[in-house]
Amino acid sequence: MQLDSKAPEAPIEEMWTTHREHLRLVGPHNRPKYRILVVGTGLAGASAAASLGAMGYPVECFCFQDSPRRAHSIAAQGGINAAKDYRNDGDSVYRLFYDTQKGGDFRAREANVYRLAELSAEIIDQAVAQGVPFAREYGGLLANRSFGGVLVERTFYCRGETGQQLLLGACSALAREISAGSVRMHTRTELLDVVVVDGRARGIVVRDLVSGRIQSFAGDAVVLATGGYSNVFYLSTNAKGCNVTATWRAHKRGAAFANPCFSQIHPTCIPISGEHQSKLTLMSESLRNDGRIWVPKTPGDSRAPNDIPEDDRYYYLEERYPRFGNLVPRDVASRNATDVCDGGRGVGPGGRGVYLDFRDAISEHGAATIESRYENLFEMYERITGENPWKTPMRIYPAPHYAMGGLWVDYDLMTTLPGLFAVGEANFSDHGANRLGASSLMQCLADGYFILPVTIGDYLSRHPAGDVDTDHAAFADVELEVRTRIETLLGIQGDRTAHSLHGELGRLMWNHCGISRNAGGLQEGIAGISELREAFWSRLRVTGNGRQLNQALEHAGRLADFLEFAELMCLDALERDESCGCHFREEDQTSEGEALRDDAHFAHVAAWEYTGGTPERPEPPRLHKEPLDFHALPLAQRNYKT
Amino acid sequence: MRYALRVWRQESAEVAGRFVRYEVDGISADTSFLEMMDALNESLAERGEDPIAFDSDCREGICGMCSMMIDGQAHGPATGATTCQLYMRRFEDGAEITVEPWRARPFPVLRDLVVDRSALDRILQSGGYIAVHSGPKPDPNAMPIEPETAEQALDAAACIGCGACVAACPNGAAMLFTAAKISHLGLLPQGQAQRYERAREMVATMESEGFGSCRNYGECEAACPKEIGIQFIGRMNRDFLRASLGMPRARRGKMGAQ
Repeated sequence: MQLDSKAPEAPIEEMWTTHREHLRLVGPHNRPKYRILVVGTGLAGASAAASLGAMGYPVECFCFQDSPRRAHSIAAQGGINAAKDYRNDGDSVYRLFYDTQKGGDFRAREANVYRLAELSAEIIDQAVAQGVPFAREYGGLLANRSFGGVLVERTFYCRGETGQQLLLGACSALAREISAGSVRMHTRTELLDVVVVDGRARGIVVRDLVSGRIQSFAGDAVVLATGGYSNVFYLSTNAKGCNVTATWRAHKRGAAFANPCFSQIHPTCIPISGEHQSKLTLMSESLRNDGRIWVPKTPGDSRAPNDIPEDDRYYYLEERYPRFGNLVPRDVASRNATDVCDGGRGVGPGGRGVYLDFRDAISEHGAATIESRYENLFEMYERITGENPWKTPMRIYPAPHYAMGGLWVDYDLMTTLPGLFAVGEANFSDHGANRLGASSLMQCLADGYFILPVTIGDYLSRHPAGDVDTDHAAFADVELEVRTRIETLLGIQGDRTAHSLHGELGRLMWNHCGISRNAGGLQEGIAGISELREAFWSRLRVTGNGRQLNQALEHAGRLADFLEFAELMCLDALERDESCGCHFREEDQTSEGEALRDDAHFAHVAAWEYTGGTPERPEPPRLHKEPLDFHALPLAQRNYKT
Repeated sequence: MRYALRVWRQESAEVAGRFVRYEVDGISADTSFLEMMDALNESLAERGEDPIAFDSDCREGICGMCSMMIDGQAHGPATGATTCQLYMRRFEDGAEITVEPWRARPFPVLRDLVVDRSALDRILQSGGYIAVHSGPKPDPNAMPIEPETAEQALDAAACIGCGACVAACPNGAAMLFTAAKISHLGLLPQGQAQRYERAREMVATMESEGFGSCRNYGECEAACPKEIGIQFIGRMNRDFLRASLGMPRARRGKMGAQ
């Protein structure tokens, strides 16, 4: 396996323009001959499918939800970054590039990050043209807010529903293409495998989740926009249905998986309340603009928060990081929260929580201002916890939120399996070891609206159109594998549900491959996963059959893939013997407990190649390294203290 | 806490359904309604019975996937909340709770509490967009929008497409859903070019999908988890009326002539 990033030879400011100008194109009269399969309808998938359809490509688009508009991008709250410099506060494309690269702790490919910053402003223009109602100032111009890890105001937002509004924009463009006939939409349809013919991705096998019918689709290229894998932790901020199946199946068919251990734990989530908890709810990080984070100074202080006087409060982020204060990047905020809770200062059930207090902001700016900024978030908090954040501080705790790792892609967003593209959270590309707030929406839309629609043409133009259809023997083979697997899952007839096994996997991953990791723990994790996998394949119980709507069967299939993926995630974390971004190895820290990067040995992307084996006993994967260059922004120690 | 549940069970769209009674125990007040359903499903699976199929995804009130009629109310007794945002502290210990799918002719039951809401998507596909391709656009600040207008558009755009308005309406009307989309785009300057055509097309699709008409019950507004107001229905009716008062259709399509 060769990792050729295809990053263009040009000064960084000119890379994308130069590259675009030299890409091969498919002319308008030839586009209808190339069929493209797009899997997933979040921001990346919907924007890609709509853009490709509008260009004239016939597109088959798939989502497991009952409508494309429900994909989990919809839950993004806070905003989307763009280097518009509307606030005249010194922002620029370079600054956004700098912040993203530094925020990612120098573990991303420079060329991709710069392109992302470069395209950011265009995304806002595109969204507004589609009717996305961004917040406006009194003069009618677009409003901005600030977000963690940066010193400018460049985040555009729609109340706390930015992801929803951007997704409705992308899905409205998709709806138009569906009605025009250029996109055929398949809802309640789940990808179960990728079909490879002569070394190229040529199709997919899917299951109709209502009838249970297994069906193949052939195409000239396959685009995976299937999101991240945070549900490997069972409890995460992701939707219940988010899963690793599409990317994992693609991995097993030849696509390298990059940096799987880079998994972001978001600092501002509502803490776990009890044993039946099915997911964790994120509250926008924008709350950190006005909320102050603290814990009681004395461990075990059981007084109500309002009874704790100022002197007995420990504003740990403000004290430890005076320059950024409560707005340090997510990984730093999460690690510090865990740290103070480990020290016995945590609040709420089980001592796993810290206060996020708006008292000072309310008295400084007035309740009306705070209400206009965070009304819906306050309501949400009260609805879930039954506590009123106007009167008593919120309690927050970190929760798994976003996967920086994903399928390895080159500058054209193509994986190591030719013809298979990955966009949005499904790829590894732009966020390095840690993603900054309001950057995921930006990346999804840059990939889907502006990058993929042109780069995919370069690939397509080098191949004849439509020369493989589902009659090819490879489709029958993969379909048979898919059917056999479903029969196997249904046939185990043991005594454990996927639900309970998934919970167990989640606890294992949180304990051994969560906020902080060490070699011994990771090895224990790997052993535990292996045992759990054996339990899965011998004790699973799925009721019903495969020819009906069967949610237990869906869950079991997804969990089977998580159980394989989890091991790779631990292995990657074990291999990366350094601390960077969200990946904190206890062996690698400064005397002050800050992350210690090892640029001499780990300034690379770790891309794993699947080497075979059975689900119970996989062969060890093969590691390939893509060395990273730092020409435009020299390596520097991340410092949010001074 | 313990609850008795009367849940609608229906194997598939083709067979008749019925209510089945279940008991759940050991549920804390901080458990969400769907988590209580998860717990019930776990106990069913352990007994080898088929779990109750129900839709849910984000579980934070924004994807619009969850859809339960609880004690006759769409999304249950909490106002401004989806089913997934409903917590068991709203129910007294020992309460009997009736859980049904959305009931409306255009929403056939697929299994148990899962219904087919694709009719809503077809309404959107008939005009719920501003026709722009991906690519360079003018700077948005070249077209200022009054904050009040942007806010109103956002109020309408908050619709999550869950279908509670249809389920709550005695007539099974999708007026609030359709009006929300039409108003979101029609309020904004970007949406003016197709404003009346959009209203006409979307209303026509709404009717052809078999949704009922509005009788001003106002149940939709009361059930809407995003608290979208029925004033938008009035706005849609005005746009529809104006669209119906004759627009030259014959000219359409000639712009592209060679």
